[in-house]
Amino acid sequence: MDEQQLLDELLKKHKAGTLKPSDRYTIPPQPMPLQDSVKRRSNVNEVALGYTKTQAQLEALRCLQCKNAPCVEGCPVRIKIKDFIAPIVEGDFKKALDIIKENSLLPAVCGRVCPQEVQCQLPCTVGKKFKAVDMSVSIGRLERFVADWGKKFHDESTPAVAAETGKKVAIIGSGPGGIVVATDLRRMGYDVTIFEAFHKPGGVMVYGIPEFRLPKAIVQEEIDQLKTMGVNIICNFVVGRTKTIKQLMEEDGFQAVYIGVGAGLPVFMGIEGEHLVGVYSANEYLTRANLMKAYQFGKGADTPIARLKKVAVIGGGNVAMDSARTAVRLGAEKVYLVYRRSEKEMPARVEEVHNAKEEGIEFHLLQNPKRIIGNSDGLVAAIECLKYELGEPDSSGRRRPVPIEGSEFTIDVDTVVVAIGNGANPLIGQTTPGLNLNKWGNIIVDENCKTSLQGVYAGGDIVLGAATVILAMGQGRTAAAAINEYLKNK
Amino acid sequence: MADIEAPLVAAAAKPGQFVIVCLSTAYSERIPLTIAGVDAKKGTIRLVWQAVGKSTAELAELRVGDKVENILGPLGKPTHIEKFGTVVCVGGGIGNAPLLPIATAMKKAGNKVISILGARMKELLILEEEFKTISDELIVVTDDGSYGKKALVTEPLEEICKRTPKPNLTVAIGPAIMMKFCSEVTKKFDVPTVVSLNTIMIDGTGMCGGCRVEVGGQTKFVCVDGPEFDGHKVNFDLMMKRMNAYKKQEAQALEEYKKHKCKIGLDG
Repeated sequence: MDEQQLLDELLKKHKAGTLKPSDRYTIPPQPMPLQDSVKRRSNVNEVALGYTKTQAQLEALRCLQCKNAPCVEGCPVRIKIKDFIAPIVEGDFKKALDIIKENSLLPAVCGRVCPQEVQCQLPCTVGKKFKAVDMSVSIGRLERFVADWGKKFHDESTPAVAAETGKKVAIIGSGPGGIVVATDLRRMGYDVTIFEAFHKPGGVMVYGIPEFRLPKAIVQEEIDQLKTMGVNIICNFVVGRTKTIKQLMEEDGFQAVYIGVGAGLPVFMGIEGEHLVGVYSANEYLTRANLMKAYQFGKGADTPIARLKKVAVIGGGNVAMDSARTAVRLGAEKVYLVYRRSEKEMPARVEEVHNAKEEGIEFHLLQNPKRIIGNSDGLVAAIECLKYELGEPDSSGRRRPVPIEGSEFTIDVDTVVVAIGNGANPLIGQTTPGLNLNKWGNIIVDENCKTSLQGVYAGGDIVLGAATVILAMGQGRTAAAAINEYLKNK
Repeated sequence: MADIEAPLVAAAAKPGQFVIVCLSTAYSERIPLTIAGVDAKKGTIRLVWQAVGKSTAELAELRVGDKVENILGPLGKPTHIEKFGTVVCVGGGIGNAPLLPIATAMKKAGNKVISILGARMKELLILEEEFKTISDELIVVTDDGSYGKKALVTEPLEEICKRTPKPNLTVAIGPAIMMKFCSEVTKKFDVPTVVSLNTIMIDGTGMCGGCRVEVGGQTKFVCVDGPEFDGHKVNFDLMMKRMNAYKKQEAQALEEYKKHKCKIGLDG
């Protein structure tokens, strides 16, 4: 039986009210159609192509519509998941989209980059039944399908803006958190200005997450929508240097400020050889490739990037996967992913690990560089690694990697990309007296995202250390509500 | 050299800070340039650069009235200005440009300012007149002897360090190799030395780490920890290697750009 026939039969039963959970369990989980793994190695087009209409309906039929909806608890912004899945079955995608949009402003982004397997899809009853999270209903793929359908077929209306309150709010950073705060507050009628240090808005969605995982056109649409709503976006403005928060509030009349400046300073390993030419932070490598379009160097773009043959990426998170897969697309013949724990402990999304392997990236697990070896010109020539084994669980709950003495060996490489995380950017802290920071330099906030300063709120990576797009959005939503509470009585 | 209208940057800029210039949003490079002067009333900043690659060559093509799409700044920590006593300001090549506001501020703070300006040849010497008006003593040297004394800047610097009392501070801005040797000279005499580094960077706000240098054995970011550092602690050899990372691509891009320009010239 082909997909369509299966769907027709299931829909018949569904309409007659005779579709039982046991029937739903028999529906095969719908795989994400992907761009061919060989072809995609040499282009930057999106890898995951999105569900077809039939696939989306079949996947939606797998949802049991549980009364307690455990999935919603797993979502940082509490999207009404079972409520948006129900109309997908009926083919009413507009209704599905409207329900998502009640809670999430960027479904096309979140459907693509959220780690659903550790959020909404983790507690899914279907996954529990099969004792496998990859058997859960693919909520993220459905979200993406609905969002893409909306962009394609349904002329999306710009969210309505309430009567002007005449009060000004400054938002620092145009990443996912900043966009949510801006949209929410603009809807309530505030005069909102976003300040962005880069020359293009979008934050990590533009400089960090690659085109092949999140097309920049999607981010641009969200930015355009903000502009249509009347949000001011000022690029090339670095708060703390061009003007301080104090100046914005005292001289320019901003009554509240949201700090969403994101991931700050890249962390290096502190090992010998990290200053050699050919050693990049993942931030630099990805920014050159994405924001500056270095993959088109000489064909329009002016920013160069090392196009070398053997690349080692250090780390096991999504940023490491993005870097390794970018290296493949820049023409590297060998790309190694070096991670000191095992695959089970990798913080990267399972889907991205799978895609990376398919693209030929070689995983070196339970290994970590001890030093980077250079040649006489100061270029990277090799990395010397140590082998590791897993010991007792550490504070993160993952088993601690322990180096095996005397296990040194070398891998010949000419580029090393360090993707082991970020520290807090010191700029705002240094230039904002009275703003309380923790010992790592992250901003301390209360449950409403309020900082130690009156009228100043913060969220995302600068508060959480390392977060995701959706967590930043969740905090943005909390902060927007708190800013409204604060300002409406002022 | 150009004066560019950037009122917000002009209002906030202090000596020693830099900006990032990006000619067009879609594809251009981000170029870090130290601010060489500010006219707060007019809201303009002065930038001086040498056309060494495609982007700086493009920047040099701009004419009065043209627009630069993006300027970000002021970036980096400002120079620490106070009354030290005698301050030797050493400029090499276009390094004279960012040095001028610092030397001016040092003079204003009550220091005795001795300026040493160096250039490869007479034609490449800039801002001599301006330095003359703010310096208590001015020494000009050229590599080829076409103007001033035939010497490297380190020669008069060493002589000044030998004086009693010795100078209280040296500020050296110029090519990496010049700053390296200036620092070596002053180290011998234990004269504190500030150098301003101009490494490769992208964002200029601490995010990429491309600009990192080793200072006193520690990794520092030029964009947020600098651009000025203790010259006696900077690992210049490492820094110079890193600054050559894209030499090939830079040359290739400039070549292409020139070829393209020539064609346009012929057609026109």
